[in-house]
Amino acid sequence: MKDTLLNVKDLQTAFFTDSGVVRAVNGVSFNLEKGKVLGIVGESGSGKSVTAYSILRILVDPGKVVGGEVFFKGEDVLKYSKREIRSLRGEKISIIFQDPMTSLNPVYTVGNQLMETIMLHTDRNRSEARQRAIEMLTLVGVNDPEKRVKQYPHELSGGMRQRVMIAMALACEPDILIADEPTTALDVTIQAQILELMQELQKKLGMAIIIITHDLGVIADMCDEIIVMYAGRICERGTSDEIFYNPKHEYTKGLLRSIPKLGMGHIRLKPIGGSPVDLLNMPKGCAFASRCDRAMKICLTNQPDEIAIGPEHMAACWMNVKAVYDEAADSGNKQGGDDK
Amino acid sequence: MSGKLLEVKNLKQYFPIKTGLFETTPLKAVDDVSFSIEKGETLGLVGESGCGKTTVGRSLLHLYRPTGGEIYYDGKPVNAKNIESYRKDMQMVFQDPYSSLNPRMTVGDIIGEPLDIHRLYSNKQERKEKIEYLLDLVGLSSEHATRYAHEFSGGQRQRIGIARALAVDPKFIVCDEPVSALDVSIQAQIINTFEDLQIKLGIAYLFIAHDLLIVQHMSRRIAVMYLGKLVELANADELCEHPVHPYSVSLMSAVPVPDPKMARSRRRIVLEGDVPSPLRMPSGCAFRTRCRYATEKCAEATPPLTDRGGEHFVACWNA
Repeated sequence: MKDTLLNVKDLQTAFFTDSGVVRAVNGVSFNLEKGKVLGIVGESGSGKSVTAYSILRILVDPGKVVGGEVFFKGEDVLKYSKREIRSLRGEKISIIFQDPMTSLNPVYTVGNQLMETIMLHTDRNRSEARQRAIEMLTLVGVNDPEKRVKQYPHELSGGMRQRVMIAMALACEPDILIADEPTTALDVTIQAQILELMQELQKKLGMAIIIITHDLGVIADMCDEIIVMYAGRICERGTSDEIFYNPKHEYTKGLLRSIPKLGMGHIRLKPIGGSPVDLLNMPKGCAFASRCDRAMKICLTNQPDEIAIGPEHMAACWMNVKAVYDEAADSGNKQGGDDK
Repeated sequence: MSGKLLEVKNLKQYFPIKTGLFETTPLKAVDDVSFSIEKGETLGLVGESGCGKTTVGRSLLHLYRPTGGEIYYDGKPVNAKNIESYRKDMQMVFQDPYSSLNPRMTVGDIIGEPLDIHRLYSNKQERKEKIEYLLDLVGLSSEHATRYAHEFSGGQRQRIGIARALAVDPKFIVCDEPVSALDVSIQAQIINTFEDLQIKLGIAYLFIAHDLLIVQHMSRRIAVMYLGKLVELANADELCEHPVHPYSVSLMSAVPVPDPKMARSRRRIVLEGDVPSPLRMPSGCAFRTRCRYATEKCAEATPPLTDRGGEHFVACWNA
């Protein structure tokens, strides 16, 4: 029994800059089921945040969704009117941003900002909204909430501000919470607090979460399913165990090889060579081909499709198409070592 | 003869903070920190933001004038008067590869500047050759010398920063969060560069970072700081596998490990509350306000850093 909340189909978002069109998201499709935690991982510029912003339609100029569909409970969000999208944001899908310092308004009290959200989306009056604000702050573990609602963001620490952001996002009990690098700006012990809190609330409220991060540790800790993005495309998708223990895309493999692991001693890291692609000059074939040490001829000319590895695992890499791989091996242009 | 390259004794760095009209309170960014670094060794320094780890690095190089304490380089005292002559031996690589390079200088001049200051060449040709050698050393090519910093990616800029530090042939480099501004796939490249250079040139590093996995990978020993004080100092693997100080224990358990099975099986020890303000330090042990084992003694006196056997130093009354 699958209960699909969000269905993204072939999403394409482009930024029309003076120096050319940047295709930040280039054909991204995925499903999110009720109560699941989905992780989107990738480097800066891979399009993970833009994907989230496109879903909520909060892209800034010159960014524009140029193709695809985003179904929330069967309705295409991209066709929503301005009024409809406003009632979606914050009420059904809400987002917490990376930087709790800049995403709260410095001239309004914490309570004021929380109450604004609550009053906008529900028919609670001021005093009821205030009550709800205090309730939410208690829920996210802010101590002394009666006092906190009267304080301004600058009076709170980074961890506290992120809690306020979470309280605000959850005030209307959304179906989906999008967390865009929720802990990147925080210290390790505070990060642990926030991750713990998100897991707890997810169990309690049963919402689905999309976590966007570059930190593979956070992903491993939190997610049921993982999407790995590179240069605006999904290169691999699967359950958390599949991605970490059975990666099938060379980029995913490279990422996993390039991070140190606890207790692994001082084994030398294997970095991914080269630098990230220039989105203004995207190569014709696979975007990762120029950095991939197992690239074949076909990788330079043809973009690989998503190839099913298992029921819940797919990778967009030619290495997984046996016919192509064998042919390359025979003609001797295979560069790297063989599969284990 | 000991292999100690650098010895720090009771280093103190206070900053005066205005707390009233006529009142200033010292902010104890680094308070009574002692450690040593051996030749060719990497000492990792970890802690959360505001714990004073960057200040330690900067005070070592006299980028701040230390409030108290002594620094010995190769057995000789380093002070404000003679620091200039030690700058040739001690260098720094900064966190942000974007703001630490002058945008109006070519890469060649950025790397050449330390050579100019210390007059490390006899003619222009030699200067050019040295710059090319340094670029090659950090994995850039000689044609990069005529370009400007904005033409490079973050990882390449960090390499330029490393080349600049290497220009004077130092014996010791303070690396202050050198990879935290970089993408995951690029971090590994820079870490490997640091390791290769250490093997090749025998440089000692003070490696400051908040990412414990990277610090453990890089370091022979690790020091953990909390609110301006060292709370634990031990061999890297020892510290990661058997941390003793309650703060180190929770720090280790809080590190997100990129391994789902391990993540599911282990329990995070989540610390309550936030780091106290360094202007209103708790009495005694600074960690006691967040410590589960805190007793009355912890409020009365500051625990000293003592050896618990095998060069494993811990500052805690109860552990």
